[in-house]
Amino acid sequence: MTCTDEPVLEMEFAVARHDFAAAGEAASRVKQVLRQLGIASHLARRAAVAAYEAEMNLVIHSHGGKIVLRVDSERITLAARDSGPGIPDTELAMREGYSTASDEVREMGFGAGMGLPNIRRCSDCFEIDSTVGRGTTVTAVVNIARPGS
Amino acid sequence: MESRFHSVKLLEDKCKGCTNCIKRCPTEAIRVREGKAVINAARCIDCGECVRTCENHAKAIIANSLEDLKEFDYNIALPAPALYSQIGKASGPDEVVWALKCIGFDAVCDVSFGADIITECTRRYIRRTPQPRPLISSACPAVVRLVQVRFPGLIPHLARMESPMYAAARIARARVGAELGIADDRIGVFFISPCAAKVTAVISPLGSEKSYVNGALAVSDIYGQLMANLGCGGSARPIFRGSGLGFGWAVDDGELRALGDNVKALAVDGIHNVIGVLEEADSGRLQRVDYIEALACQTGCVGGPANVENPFVARVRMQNVSAGINSEALRDARSVALDIIEEFGEDAFGMHELIQPLAGMELAECLESAIARMGELEKIVAELPGLDCGACGSPTCRTHAEDVVCGQASETDCVFKLRERMQRMAEDLLRLARMDLPSMARRDDK
Repeated sequence: MTCTDEPVLEMEFAVARHDFAAAGEAASRVKQVLRQLGIASHLARRAAVAAYEAEMNLVIHSHGGKIVLRVDSERITLAARDSGPGIPDTELAMREGYSTASDEVREMGFGAGMGLPNIRRCSDCFEIDSTVGRGTTVTAVVNIARPGS
Repeated sequence: MESRFHSVKLLEDKCKGCTNCIKRCPTEAIRVREGKAVINAARCIDCGECVRTCENHAKAIIANSLEDLKEFDYNIALPAPALYSQIGKASGPDEVVWALKCIGFDAVCDVSFGADIITECTRRYIRRTPQPRPLISSACPAVVRLVQVRFPGLIPHLARMESPMYAAARIARARVGAELGIADDRIGVFFISPCAAKVTAVISPLGSEKSYVNGALAVSDIYGQLMANLGCGGSARPIFRGSGLGFGWAVDDGELRALGDNVKALAVDGIHNVIGVLEEADSGRLQRVDYIEALACQTGCVGGPANVENPFVARVRMQNVSAGINSEALRDARSVALDIIEEFGEDAFGMHELIQPLAGMELAECLESAIARMGELEKIVAELPGLDCGACGSPTCRTHAEDVVCGQASETDCVFKLRERMQRMAEDLLRLARMDLPSMARRDDK
């Protein structure tokens, strides 16, 4: 089969605030899509872990949002966008072990303050952009190494 | 794509083309085409879920037969511990060994003893392998294949241990060769298997460069002959017999009980439950768990698809067999196991080959084509009813869309799409039928 020019895939997965029953489904779908695209398993794994952490952040901390998966021949880009409340100090939020999760959420085994640091660890390029009252966008990129390049 | 050997086969004349099996398959490997189920060899993991699901018994486990023993001068049976769970209380393990000898074997070596060896080696392996976490037991070959096909990211987590079956085969072979002076290639070693996955593992091994097992017989295939030779008072001893804990491997949580309390571990049984736990592990959770025991069959190997007994009844029987082997025997079996590990070296019981991801889920061979197909797939899925009725022969609307973009199905295989299209055609026909011809007088519709 011949390859067409530069196709791009973009998919969105809605994530609802505090919906712990459905939490993890978006990441699971991301993983399935990457598997079907034939992305090497070690890269897909990193993207899936980043997607899972980003999804849990949306469930725990945001008013709700979405995960946007974009794949082209060079990179996997995950963007987690929400509509608030926003992070007052992103530097502090990035610190390992820092968390604003409630006791209730911690009892469920989340809120260890490793979410954002884990996403950064899994990505080749990481960005966080947040405005209090407006929302947060976390972007994580995993580069696809092309065979022979 | 390479075609892999599978012990699960379709019996075409029995298949009615119902869609029960396609719904339960954990890798979405089955489609119904032209009234018959078709198994995609690249995706099948030989878990036997379809064997269990099919009410028409159209899925069979193809294994070796007793005829194959004729190729060798001396034959050793390796009964899975689960075999003993299939026999009623009236016959003890030694009578089962007798019955195995009656049907053609010269000697018997219990796989439960291999389990004792692997238990000890696994305990050491977990201790000396700090990363990654969680480690996943590779004892169930259906789970290993599931990881290869659906969770390749977890391949580095698979414990690099040989299966108890191979461990038992290796020692039984060495013992018989040394004591009776029989050439290795004249010794036939046959596993008595409770499942399809282990039959496949014998015929096409997972990770040992040389197979020490020559074949596998399904419990259900020899059950009748075994029963005919039980209860006649005969009894015999195996070359090696495991401890109660070794026998316990056949039951869910049994491997963990054998490993002991010092391992932070999790046990899961039933292939769909296993998928749930592997999803968690694959998302980077469960990192505080050292070891996962994962068995494809509910209740463990006693619930294997090549068994005959109800899984829950078999589990109780297995526990009784384990309990019947007293604590003195446990100490014995353990010290013999330690001696054997010393003799062969611990490395001998590790897995020697690399486990590779298995292709089968990809939409296309190159990324660009796969991306294009995925985009198309999403559009098709959005238009489908989402009822997952299976009438198209694919298990879900989504898999139907996958089949369409891969050129293996057409959109109108969906009865709802077909109906929509017929409706549109009927409307077109009606409109055409009502069209006025210039030569005709205008019709007054109202």
